[in-house]
Amino acid sequence: METTIAQIQTIPLQYYILFCSALFSIGVIGVLAKRNALVIFMSVELMLNSANLLLTAFSAYRNDPAGQIFVFFIMVVAAAEVAIGLALLVVVYRSTHTIDINALNRLKW
Amino acid sequence: MLSLYLFYFLSAVALISALMVLLSKKPIHSVLYLTLTFFTLAGHYILLNAQFLAVVHIIVYAGAIMVLFLFTVMLLNLNLEGEFQKSTLMKLVAALSGGLLFLVLIGTLKSFDVGTLSEHPELTQIGLVKNLGKTLYSDYLLPFELSSILFLAAMVGAVMLGKKDKN
Repeated sequence: METTIAQIQTIPLQYYILFCSALFSIGVIGVLAKRNALVIFMSVELMLNSANLLLTAFSAYRNDPAGQIFVFFIMVVAAAEVAIGLALLVVVYRSTHTIDINALNRLKW
Repeated sequence: MLSLYLFYFLSAVALISALMVLLSKKPIHSVLYLTLTFFTLAGHYILLNAQFLAVVHIIVYAGAIMVLFLFTVMLLNLNLEGEFQKSTLMKLVAALSGGLLFLVLIGTLKSFDVGTLSEHPELTQIGLVKNLGKTLYSDYLLPFELSSILFLAAMVGAVMLGKKDKN
């Protein structure tokens, strides 16, 4: 057991911060650059997942289970959000026959 | 050493497939690349010894959310190629602002003090079902029950929204 512990090289926490920031930024770019509502939804999922992974990493490195419980609750909310969001998308498609978000500017009036 | 290589591999695959979500023209390809991203993230959870979260992640994301996305793409027949795109200028501005956000996040997060860290996070036991369940059902019992009400509300809401209007 001692030798296995010695052999494992710990991944620095900074690497997780770097990776999760990159993933989050990709999600932000997706929300800003896309007009397809479905792809925007996927980008939001990417952002949620990067936050989840960072929470898990911190919780593992701090030996605190609260972070992982929080991730569990975020997954619960994400599942509910996707179900409602896609139902809204279907309703929007039914009324406008497109999921281009620019078609939704008529909500202003 | 192995875990570090695994980390590099999983991160590279996750970032490339996340980029492909944005770059692919057809929505169905985006959905499939997103599934790949989710599987690599599950690998990351296993690397952190968060086994419970890894399993829940696969069940919820690859099992439920991906099916919802695929059903929406299929039912609405949305799989048309590059139907509406933002102008190149808008895309450039979006990429630029996203990159700047990345720089700001790195700049703020790289220097801050995270406090005492455990020596071997991959050997931590808190991610196992037994330990996580103890915490979930003692300290976080009320939020857990409330989340079931949230699910009920979401289910009723989705069914109500999806129902066809009579008039």
